[in-house]
Amino acid sequence: MRQSEGTENLTSRGATPRPSMRDASSRPPATTGGAAVAPVAGDDGTTLRYVHRPLPHDSGVRHVSGTALYIDDIREPEGTLHVALGLSPVARGRLRGLDLAAVRAAPGVVAVLTAADVPGRNDISPANGDEPVFAEQEVLFHGQPVFAVVATTRDAARRAARLATFDIEEEPPSITVEDALARGETVLPDYTFGRGDVEAALSAAPHRLEGVLRIGGQEHFYLEGQAALAVPGEEGDILVHSSTQHPSEVQHIVARVLGIPDAFVTCEVRRMGGGFGGKETQATQWAVIAALAARATGRPCKLRLDRDDDMVVTGKRHDMRADWRVGFDGDGRILGYDIVFNARCGCSADLSQGVVDRTMFHADNAYFLPAARIASRRLKTNTVSNTAFRGFGGPQGMLAVERVMDEIAARLGRDPLDVRKANFYAPGRDETPYGQTVEDTDVLAALVAQLEADCDYRARRRAVTAFNARSRVLKKGLALTPVKFGISFTLTHLNQAGALVHVYQDGSIHLNHGGTEMGQGLFIKVAQVVAEEFGVGIECVRITATTTAKVPNTSPTAASSGSDLNGMAARIAAATIRQRLVEFLCETYDVAEGEVTFRDDRVFFGNESLAFADLVKKAYQARIPLSATGFYRTPAIHWDRAAGRGRPFFYFAYGAACAEVTIDTLTGEYRLDRVDILHDAGRSLNPAIDIGQIEGGFVQGMGWLTTEELVFDAKGRLATHAPSTYKIPVASDVPQDFRVRLFTSANRQPTIYRSKAVGEPPLMLANAVFCAIADAVRAARGDGLAPLDAPATPEAVLRAIVGAL
Amino acid sequence: MRRTIRFLRKGETVEVEQFAPRTTLLDWLRLSERSTGTKEGCGEGDCGACTVVLRRLVDGRLVPAPVNACILLLGQVDGSEVLTVEDLAAEGRLHPVQQAMVEHHGSQCGFCTPGIVMSLFALYEAGMAPDRQEVTDALAGNLCRCTGYRPIVDAAFDALARREEDPFVARRQQVAGKLAALADEADVFVGSDQSFFAAPASIEALAQLCLAHPDATLVAGATDVGLWITKALAELPKVIWLGRVAGLDAVAEDGETVTLGATVPLSRARDVLAGLDPDLGELMRRFGSRQVRASGTVGGNVANGSPIGDLAPALIALGATLHLRRGAERRSLPLEDFFLDYRKQDRRPGEFVTAVTLRKPAGRHFRAFKVSKRFDEDISAVMGAFCLDIADGTVREARIAYGGMAGIPKRARAAEAALAGATLADGAAMERAVTALAGDFSPLSDHRASAGYRRRVAGNLLRKALTEIATGDDAATRLIGHREIRHAAE
Ligand SMILES: Cc1cc2nc3c(=O)[nH]c(=O)nc-3n(C[C@H](O)[C@H](O)[C@H](O)COP(=O)(O)OP(=O)(O)OC[C@H]3O[C@@H](n4cnc5c(N)ncnc54)[C@H](O)[C@@H]3O)c2cc1C
Ligand code: FES
Ligand code: FES
Repeated sequence: MRQSEGTENLTSRGATPRPSMRDASSRPPATTGGAAVAPVAGDDGTTLRYVHRPLPHDSGVRHVSGTALYIDDIREPEGTLHVALGLSPVARGRLRGLDLAAVRAAPGVVAVLTAADVPGRNDISPANGDEPVFAEQEVLFHGQPVFAVVATTRDAARRAARLATFDIEEEPPSITVEDALARGETVLPDYTFGRGDVEAALSAAPHRLEGVLRIGGQEHFYLEGQAALAVPGEEGDILVHSSTQHPSEVQHIVARVLGIPDAFVTCEVRRMGGGFGGKETQATQWAVIAALAARATGRPCKLRLDRDDDMVVTGKRHDMRADWRVGFDGDGRILGYDIVFNARCGCSADLSQGVVDRTMFHADNAYFLPAARIASRRLKTNTVSNTAFRGFGGPQGMLAVERVMDEIAARLGRDPLDVRKANFYAPGRDETPYGQTVEDTDVLAALVAQLEADCDYRARRRAVTAFNARSRVLKKGLALTPVKFGISFTLTHLNQAGALVHVYQDGSIHLNHGGTEMGQGLFIKVAQVVAEEFGVGIECVRITATTTAKVPNTSPTAASSGSDLNGMAARIAAATIRQRLVEFLCETYDVAEGEVTFRDDRVFFGNESLAFADLVKKAYQARIPLSATGFYRTPAIHWDRAAGRGRPFFYFAYGAACAEVTIDTLTGEYRLDRVDILHDAGRSLNPAIDIGQIEGGFVQGMGWLTTEELVFDAKGRLATHAPSTYKIPVASDVPQDFRVRLFTSANRQPTIYRSKAVGEPPLMLANAVFCAIADAVRAARGDGLAPLDAPATPEAVLRAIVGAL
Repeated sequence: MRRTIRFLRKGETVEVEQFAPRTTLLDWLRLSERSTGTKEGCGEGDCGACTVVLRRLVDGRLVPAPVNACILLLGQVDGSEVLTVEDLAAEGRLHPVQQAMVEHHGSQCGFCTPGIVMSLFALYEAGMAPDRQEVTDALAGNLCRCTGYRPIVDAAFDALARREEDPFVARRQQVAGKLAALADEADVFVGSDQSFFAAPASIEALAQLCLAHPDATLVAGATDVGLWITKALAELPKVIWLGRVAGLDAVAEDGETVTLGATVPLSRARDVLAGLDPDLGELMRRFGSRQVRASGTVGGNVANGSPIGDLAPALIALGATLHLRRGAERRSLPLEDFFLDYRKQDRRPGEFVTAVTLRKPAGRHFRAFKVSKRFDEDISAVMGAFCLDIADGTVREARIAYGGMAGIPKRARAAEAALAGATLADGAAMERAVTALAGDFSPLSDHRASAGYRRRVAGNLLRKALTEIATGDDAATRLIGHREIRHAAE
């Protein structure tokens, strides 16, 4: 065999299989450098060619050509039926009767499913056993699924679903935090941690303040709504295509509800059209219902939620009322902090334990709290069960303490940035209220100092003050806020991942791992890691759909952990095969292991080299196994929830943002004039992907704190159940002057190529926008900081300016 | 009489003779043609994931328009070429806007991407120069939850600046020829007397059809009607589409007035109105999105009687007259008199709107402000329009109308009276007018705004208008939409 052959095979087969797209995809994008890139040095002095590079998203060409397949695009098997939901018209009550005769009689209807048709357990909850597939006796929220219709078309199913007659004995629902507090209803026990004698610290403090901050929830608004397609196989087997961040949980719960072993169920997902936490637990129910329908009819069944239904039946970011008290010294340094997070969890526990715990873990953000009592209540309301959302509770905890910083600064008449810096974790002041030591306090200090200088904070503060002195209607505000975000699942056992790598005889590589792709670029990052390991071009690594059949018992792709965990697992799998190849080579050609390098699609050893594909073929013939699994678990972490102490986080990710806004004091409208961001992604695995996460996260956070307002009416109906009434940011909301940079520093923990997780932390950079708006309101009033709740809609801003409306 | 609809798709004429009148273009593409590149993100015209481009012959020119396929009826594409994301790459190469999107990392989850690509393609085809306002306007109807838009805007700039040769330019002539061959003056009627999609070609035919089927649903752009189908699951057995009626989309102008035909698309209305006053241009820039403006019409926006519609208050302030027709009968009335009560208009069965005539604001002082949670593509919480006739610093006549303040778009007659005869320098008169608004309106609270907010903002908008007129300046009172900025034609 000629040596070049293998390489030729690789380029022609490794490229995207759509020949018409080949030209397009192989044109090296200007910013990515393509194949002929100069190597960079790894932190241990090795030469790296594929990681740390801004490669485009692996599906980029498919996205722009409309050929990337989402659940609803999968060609439906012959005879596929469609499912629609029947939703409760009341928020709380006893279900006395349900007349489905008209539903059954409607054109195209094949089956109608209720709780009575569940062969296994009527429960889709992740842990607490408190969430039925279909309501049985009790209705818990307006829009709760009560039945499902299976029909020949989606249109027929949706029409039929509206024909049911409900007989529900209505009870007054709990909608607000106050309703739930009055009733004393919770989904989980109250929980508190902290340290020191807070009351003593507060009473001894030279200054004291207290306040209440209301923090709104947030709809995920993933562009692809929830969808699942269930295809029955032989003898009860079922394949579920689900737009889920957690295929293993879908698998397990489908099995639980159908009353069959896990091994009968396979869940697969190639990509999601966005997840953001909204498909971590809450994709399960739709997959389960599709599976139930498939089981009942023996035919493939698809359930794709209508957008308005999606917004009504899926949970959101937890809204909270934070009641706080703080004591501080003349420099604004906090001496004691007491805060209660009253979290509205909705009708069931879902992930509220972890979410609200993370709120508490981030109640300090970047600030040392010598004495602190951090308390939480997980309130039960008759609204949809709130769930994971990028940041997983962290943003609420951080926003509250940022508000406190502004209050302290306003009281002392100091620049809020100075107050923030005075409170930063520092050597000797480096232990969090839950007992974890912040080992790298210098990182945030350096990062903020750099941003402060780069964005010209002091001069702009003077300019803003001058502007406000001469402008009557328009007022400006400025704020620079930090982010410190803990990385790891706080449920320690979730910090594990598996991967499966095959090398085929032509040298092409099949990559699979437990992580799911929802747009965050996980797949390309992990592929870069594998390409690096084998020294082959990225196009030789075929990225494949996540499936419970290849990697079992996976954790959700969440907590920003995707590349940390799966990148490591894939690297371990690839390294296993690579090591076998090295050993084979050393034996065959009598060279030392240290002499072997993999690069440029070849293997170099001594003075010789072989095409990677040729080596693989030889290894195959020598009966070397070319498939391996990899498994990774995060080291060093532990958490004792009962004691409220431990090291729940492997490390912290840092960032900071400075925002400048102008508000119109006649209407409360505002415009974001400029944003500067400096963010720590460690040694970024893929700077382009990471910049995308930072910008996208920031803009999403900005929406949460500004225009995205969830309104439930007194009957518990969500009034803002469509994009016409629920307003996420559009292109013009992003400032023209938007400066985003990566802070270059290696992760001090041994993560994959010393990178840092970047999925969630940037969302909280948007706290700067909220604080800047509050700063402008302060300028408009001239009498200190006025109460301002989140989201700061134009109405909220005007109310803050004028008092009551 | 033609019993089919016909359109151009991938170079071929597609003829459809049987379809439920309510069938949307998106369902046809995804379920019948089985082209799944075009996505459904919301089914209500707000997210843009379903954006496709229609090319039509307008005065012999091939004009591209991005539209929301989710709320466009299949019948409405009669006579057009339908372009979807699958059609852009040619001869093995991505279209320049696709290529730029890949290079600038403009997609993450990719679900919004086909729609974004089509919006940018429409911009590119229209020959736009790279300009931030134009690009963000073109994207106002495309939601992306992942990227934060910066890379998409960069991609748009890059593609528009580079302007590489693309096969679409070469094929334009050919497509225009094919569309010209499709154009006929036939009335279209597909279906039966009980269920049909009809598209009369003349006003006479329309008038007759409306008399014969007073229960039929009139559809102009379907940017409202589409939602009845996708969200309220309306059956709509009888649909009369106005889009083929010759002359109904005419724009006529004389020294004093402008008359906009009922089916003048909002995009065209934007161009005409922007020429009359910059605030009208800005109002129309913020009206829905480019997709909504490409389909939606002046007549539809007025006829639907929405209390939060944006055109009516502006037109009322400008002293507009509405023209209606029923059979052979024609009548005209002041626009404000058309709106009787919440969602109740002075329109009889079988009657339809033919046009609206407005008085040009020249010589008078006009201001319009739209206040919503989000600047772009949002429905007004409050919309105020002010037209003042001022001589020697004294207000001779004030016409003021608001949207969002009552069950209908409504004049502020008490405030108007308070201003009549006052001088601009008279701060007390201004405050009297603001106070008088309380007598004009008692707004409601809803999810867009509370009654208290609406009330206060209504007063503040009046203050803002009067201040700006008095000072002749808006730099100190506006965040966006400054009057000296002119908008490019749409
Ligand atoms: C995403 C989105 C954003 C929007 N943003 C705005 C906005 O910013 N401001 C705003 O004001 N509106 C907005 N709208 C509403 C909508 O676009 C307008 O009301 C539009 O002008 C309706 O025109 P159309 O031609 O599409 O009407 P259609 O949907 O075709 O018809 C609307 C109604 O008018 C009737 N009708 C239409 N033409 C006639 C006629 N000639 N004679 C008699 N009756 C007729 C129809 O029977 C129907 O009842 C938005 C809509 C969407 C989907
Ligand atoms: S699907 Fe959202 S606009 Fe059409
Ligand atoms: S890339 Fe995900 S919505 Fe735009």
